[in-house]
Formats: sequence, structure tokens, C-alpha cells
Amino acid sequence: MELNQFLILSAFIFAVGVYGVLARRNGVLVLMSIELMLNAVNINLIAFSAFNHNIRGNIFALFITAIAAAEVGVGLAIVLLIYRNLRSPDLDRVEQLKG
Amino acid sequence: MVFWVLALAMGGAAIGVVRSNDVVHSVLFLVVVLAGAAAQYILLAAEFVAWVQVLIYIGAVVVLFLFGVMLTRAPMGDDGAHLNNDQRGAAAVVALLIFGVLTALLVDAFGGQEIRFGADLVAQGRPQAIGSDLFRNFVVPFEVLSMLLLAALVGAVVLARKD
Amino acid sequence: MLNSVWIIVALPALSFVIILFFGKRLPKHGAEVAITAVAASFIGSCWAAVEWIDRVNASEHAAGIVGFFGKGMMPSDSANGGVEPVVNSLTWWQSGGIDFGVGTYVDGLTVMMMFVVTLISLLVHIYSTGYMHDDKRYTWYYAGLSLFTASMLTLVVASGTLQMLVGWELVGLCSFMLIGFWWEDRENSRAAIKAFLTTRTGDIGLIIGIIILFTAAGTFNIAGTNAYALQGANNHDILLIASICLLIGIMGKSGQFPLHTWLPDAMAGPTPVSALIHAATMVVAGVYLGARLYPVFYEGFSISNGGINMMALVGGITILVGASLAFVQRDIKKVLAYSTISQLGYMVMALGVGAWVAAVFHLFTHAIFKALLFLGAGSVSHGGTHHSFDMREMGGLRKKMPITFWTFIIGSLALAGIFPLAGFWSKDEILVNAGSQGFELFLIIGLVGAFLTAAYMTRCVYLTFFGEYRGKHHPHESERSITTPLIILAGLAIVGGMINATPLGIKKFTEWVEPTTNFPKVVHAEFDVPLAVISVSIALLAIGVMSYFMFRREELTKFKGLTQRNRLARSGYTLLERKYYLDYLYENVIVEGIRTPIARAMYWFNQTVIDGLVNFLGRGAVRVGRFAYENIDQRGIDRAINASANEIGAAGGVLQRVQSGSVQRYALYIFAAVGVMSVALFVLSVS
Repeated sequence: MELNQFLILSAFIFAVGVYGVLARRNGVLVLMSIELMLNAVNINLIAFSAFNHNIRGNIFALFITAIAAAEVGVGLAIVLLIYRNLRSPDLDRVEQLKG
Repeated sequence: MVFWVLALAMGGAAIGVVRSNDVVHSVLFLVVVLAGAAAQYILLAAEFVAWVQVLIYIGAVVVLFLFGVMLTRAPMGDDGAHLNNDQRGAAAVVALLIFGVLTALLVDAFGGQEIRFGADLVAQGRPQAIGSDLFRNFVVPFEVLSMLLLAALVGAVVLARKD
Repeated sequence: MLNSVWIIVALPALSFVIILFFGKRLPKHGAEVAITAVAASFIGSCWAAVEWIDRVNASEHAAGIVGFFGKGMMPSDSANGGVEPVVNSLTWWQSGGIDFGVGTYVDGLTVMMMFVVTLISLLVHIYSTGYMHDDKRYTWYYAGLSLFTASMLTLVVASGTLQMLVGWELVGLCSFMLIGFWWEDRENSRAAIKAFLTTRTGDIGLIIGIIILFTAAGTFNIAGTNAYALQGANNHDILLIASICLLIGIMGKSGQFPLHTWLPDAMAGPTPVSALIHAATMVVAGVYLGARLYPVFYEGFSISNGGINMMALVGGITILVGASLAFVQRDIKKVLAYSTISQLGYMVMALGVGAWVAAVFHLFTHAIFKALLFLGAGSVSHGGTHHSFDMREMGGLRKKMPITFWTFIIGSLALAGIFPLAGFWSKDEILVNAGSQGFELFLIIGLVGAFLTAAYMTRCVYLTFFGEYRGKHHPHESERSITTPLIILAGLAIVGGMINATPLGIKKFTEWVEPTTNFPKVVHAEFDVPLAVISVSIALLAIGVMSYFMFRREELTKFKGLTQRNRLARSGYTLLERKYYLDYLYENVIVEGIRTPIARAMYWFNQTVIDGLVNFLGRGAVRVGRFAYENIDQRGIDRAINASANEIGAAGGVLQRVQSGSVQRYALYIFAAVGVMSVALFVLSVS
């Protein structure tokens, strides 16, 4: 198998994730898009790890997984807070930074 | 061959995640993506990572997502108008741009490189190998990671406390 | 000391500087510094005098005696066994081959002048502690006195005519400052300026004379100039012109007719100043000049030939003018001022008739009794009339102010030339010399002058001290600082003449003072007893007549009011009162005639031309300003600024929209930027 297959697949999923982060209104959905991106990165890493016969890539991917899990936990807590304060999970309502 | 099937499934599911009008559907599509990723890992002889992926991501993260969806009372069912914001077009453009750049880059850099499979690769993916490398060379990051997880745990609890 | 007389000059100068800077802070406000300095100079002068006398004596006993003459200068050199003066000089600068030097020239005349100047100055300093006690410019007064003393001494010890000129001008300056000491009163300032300008007029002659002498003799040195003058008849004309020019200088400084008009007005200054400057020292600077450069005058005016010469004539006229005007003065100081003019005339006349020793001796004695008289007048005003000098407010003061009275009497008698007081010896010597050698006219003038002198002094004394007190104050004797100098001077007036009592064979003054080098062979007339008797009798006669006139004035009704009734008498009186209309001539005719047209022209120029120009420029500037404000400022610049401000505001409004507050929007921007950048990088790396 070509290396590029995996890499391009990873790029695709990453781009989709970007779209999701930018275009979705619900906080939870945004978080899910971020998960997409992280997974894309993971695929990339594993692919390279196989290509270079280096185990480091695997280990890195493991770390990323763990961190992603932690981040989802905190992120959801934040979304919950937003929901609690604004009565809606709609991110468009979060505009206190408006200048 | 397997790869292409998986790839197609993953790609469609990813688009499904970001374009679905139903939150729960998005979550389910995410599950598909995650599973597909796990399958890809197996294809790449990274068994341990694949199992961890399934365990953690699908097992815990997605459950979290579902809880989040439940707790934020996201309207179940079709709710298209509420789920996508105004900058869809621009976002699509940007995403396409990024995909294009990446692809061009990759083709240019790694065009035609093949992955060689071998016994060492298989051995590499085994838990033994990962465990030994992890606990030999990456002990400190491992411990830090556990601290991070602890912090995240505590942080989530603090943030979500009702007071 | 003879080689170091510059110390005598430097001490008062140093005192001047010290008083100027520190005087106000000293306990006695600078007076102690001044008095100390002058006293030290006086001691120095006495010391120098003693040394000089030794020098003279030693040379008379012929050679062989070196020893205590300082730098080993042998006193006698020339064939006539003269005493060399002690000359020290150093070159100040050289220019164009000419040596400008400063130095000291010490001979008998110098020593005598130093003695007189420092003595009178010291007495005046002491006197002033009492007289000027309450003055608000006490410190500055003493500074001025110190500077004057230093300047006069500079003049006296000068070894060259240039240095003498420096001293001359400096004393003129000090005189100006001290006459106008109370300048708050406009009259005093005017008197000071008048003094300065009048002497300045004379100085023109002085400067021209010095220049002529320099070109002729080739040096500024006194010794050199005198030697040149004695050289012979072929330079007679130059010497004549030089003598006339120098005589003009003498006329200004020593108050000879017709430049005498400043002296009476100079009485506006404080009395001690009048005593010091205008009686004893500065006014004799002219006589000193004549004495110092005597060969020039002697040869120039051909004095040895006898007859009338300009110098004697000027002196003679001055005697009469001064004496006659002293009669009609109401101010006691003005009487003394005219008397000074008259006596200065005696000195100049004496020089003119070849009586060098007599002139210098008269200078010596006159300094003593004229200073005495002035200080006495000051005492009268200080204790008797509360600072007024008007004799109409005096009278009968002899009982109230005995010391002042008696010393004043002594001074007056000395002035009148009564035997055996100082004035007799000196005046008589003048008369004797005038009587010989074809100068008979001047003898007559001198005798008439003696008569008038005695007469006006009698009038003055009577009006001041006799009769009834006509003033409104309470007269009392002055304090000791004032009366002590009076007593000292009176004592000197009594015995001072003895120093040259020729009939008694005492010729010490002549011996010590008369120069023996570079000096023409003047004739010393022998003392003539009959003449002496005549002169004294004339003086006594004058005193008697005036006394009769004064004491019996009440009864002499036909004399009373004579000047009012009789037209001839009145015109005569008016002539005298107007000082022979000289002041009128000077001020109203000469000065006004020049000043008024010039002033008017200048005024016109100022108003029309200069002011017009300035106004025109001003209006133009205003117009330009207004134009600039309206057009450039308001329209152009302000609009530009407002427009740019509006633009910036608009741009701000546009940019405001970027900050939407939506995080996702920001994320969009970030990702877009990343994408673009990576494209760029990719393109760059590929190409």
C-alpha cells in the first residue's frame, strides 16, 4: 500500500474536521469535529510509524488519544456551563468578545 | 482493497458528522469514523493502538458526547436550521483550501512511496514493544499525562459543578 | 623707599578695590580700610621724603657716600653737582617702535607732592568719619576717596607724560563722581558734568601738547622731554606751541581764566571732597604739570627774557577775576572756591615769571591753609547751620564754635599773607620774583590781589563768626573727628612757612625740592624787606578797611543799599554776580547754539523717518497675518485635518466589524490564514 493513501485520507478527514469546527453551531458538534481532526492526525502518525518502522509514532498516537479524551471531558464541561448560562447550546450566542 | 472500502466509509461518515442535521446522527457517524480509524490501524499493524482507539474513543469519548448531547438538551430530531451557522460557505472554502494544499504537498513529498511490511513491523505494533518503549523512554511524559488526566478530571468536575 | 614708591600709589588703589567688594560688611563700613591705606601711604611718603633729603645732603657733601641709597645710584653726576632723581620704569608694551612704559620719577618735587597729597588726604579721611557719618553712601564715599588718592599719586610719581595723562584723567573722573555724590539733587549732577566737561575742554590742549612734545622729543619720558627742551633755541617754536597747548590743559584743570567756571559749581560736593580735591590736590595738578615740565614752558615762553608772557598773563588775570568774584558770594564755600581760583592764579603767574620755587612753595602752603579753611567751613555747616553754607544764616558763631573760629582765623590770616604765617613766606616770594626782571606788571597785579584777598576773607569771616546769629538752629562745636584735623592744619599753617624762610637764611625747601637736573637756570630773587613790608601793610590795610565797613555797617547808611540805588554800582554788582557773564556765554550761547538745532533735527528724524518706517512695517505685518489666518489656516489646513480625521473614523467603523465576538469567526480567519500561508510556502518551495 502506498503511504500516500493513508496520508491523503488523513488530510481529507482533517479538512472535514476544519469545516465542522467552523461551520457548526452546537458546541458539542464542534467538539466532535475537533475529535475528527485529532483522529486524522493519529492516522497520519501511525502511517508514518509503519513507513519508518519506528515505534515512536504509535506512542505519540497513544498520547494524543489520551489527551483528546481529557480535552473532550473539559470541553464538554465548558459547553455545559455555556448551556447553563445561556439556556442554549448555541455558540452564536456566545459573543461577549464582540468589539 | 480493504483500505479503499474503509476509506470511503470513513470519508462519508466524516461528512456526515459535519453535515448531519441531527445531533445524534452526527454522533453515530463519528462512531463510524472512529471505528474505521481503528481498522486502519490494524491494517498498519498497530494493534495496540487500534484497541486503545476503540476502547477509549468509542467506549468513552462517544459516551461522553452522548451525555453532553443529553445534558445540553440539544433538540433531538431534525434541527437543521439551528445547527449550522452563517459562515458555512467560507468554512467550506477554507476546508477545501486546506485539503488542497495538504494533498498537493503530500503528493509532492511522498508520491510513490510504499509501506513495506515485515515481521519487525508486526512486532512493533505489539503491546510488548509499545509497553517497553513507553516505560523505558517515555516514562516522564507518561507520568505527566497521568497528571494531565487528573487535572482534566478535576477541572471538569469543578467546571460542571452546580453552584 | 625711593625705588619702591609705587607701593605708596598701590595702597590706596588696593584699598579702593577692597572697599568696593567688602566695604559694606566691615564694622566701620570701609572707612577703616581707607584710613589705614592712606596712613600707610603717608608714612611711606614721609619715609621717602627723609630718604630724599638724605640723598640731597649726601650729594652736597660730594662723592664717596654710597651706602644706604638703595640700588646704588650715585646721586651726583653732572658738572653742576646736581642730585639725580630716582627713576624706575618698566616697559608696558611696544608698538611701532615706540616704547610705552610706566614707572616712577622721584625727586624733590615728587616727594613734596606725595607728602602733601597723603597728608591732606589722611586728614580729610579722618574728618569725613564725623562729617559723612550718616550718609547712606558712606562706603562708596570712602571708595571714591581712595581711588582719588591713588590717581593723584599716580599722576605725581609719573615718569612719563602718558602716565601723567592717565592720572590726570582718573582724578578728573573721581572729581566728577565725588562732586555729584548727592546726585539725587539735579543741581549736583549738573555741576559734576560741568566740571568734567570744562576740564575736558582743557584736556584737548593737554593731549595735543603731549603729542607735540612726543614727536619733537621722541620720548614720553619726563627727563628726556626736559632735556630736549633745554637744548636750545632752534626748537623754540615747537616748544611755544606745546607750551600753549599744555597751558590750555592747565587752565582747565587748575581753574584759570577762562576755564574756571566749573570750580565754584563743584562746591556742590561734600565739603571734605572740596577740601581735598578742589583746594589742595586736584586743582594743583595743572600747576604740578607746569612745574614738572618747566623747561618746556621756560623755553617756550622765553621766560628768561622777562616781560609779559602768556602764562603769567593768564595767571594774573585769574588772580583778579577770582578775587573780585569772591566778594559777591553768599555761600561760604563759593567764597573759598573763588579764593582758590585766585591763589591758583598766583601759582601759575609765579611759574610764568620764573619763580619756580615760589610757585611750588605756594602750592605747599596753600594746600595747608585752604584745606583748613574748607574743613572749617564744613565744621561750621555741620555744627552751626545744620548743613547750610549760606552766610546769611550764619553769624556770631565765634562764641559757640571756638575751635572752628580760631582755626579759621589762622587760615584766613595765612591766606592773606600775614607775617609770620605760612602764606606770607610763599606769597612774598612770588611777589619778590615778580618784581624783578621786567615783570613789574605782575607785581602790581599780585599786590592788588593780596589786597582783595584780605578784604574778601575779612568779609567772609565777619559774616560767619561775628555779629548776631541769624539762623534758626542751635549751633554747637563739632565733634573731635572734625576739629582735630582743623587743629593740626592750623598748627602747620603757623609753622609751615618756616621751611623756606629766606630772609632768615632758611632755604630748606629750595634745597630739597628744586630740581637740579634738566632744569633751566632760573633766577632767585633775593628777599626784599621793603616789599615784604609793603605787602603785609596792604593786607592789613585791607583787613582794616573791610572790618570798619563790616562792623560799622549799620551806621553807614549812605553805603547801605548802594548797589540797589546807584545804577553804576548796581551794574557793577550784577556783572560780578553773573560772574562776568562767562557762564552765560558758555551755556546759553555756545552750548545752546549747537545743541538746539541738532536736537530738533534728530527729533524730526526720529518721528518722521524712523517711526514712519516702523509703523509701516507693523501694519504690513498685521495684514499678512490676517490673510494667513483666514485663508491658509481656516480653509486649507483645518479642512485637511478634519477630512483626514473623518476618514480615519470611517475606517475604524469598517474594521469594527471584524471583531464580531464570534469565536468561530476568528477560527475561520485563522484557518484561512494558515491555508493561504501554506499555499504560499508550498509554491515557494516548489518553485
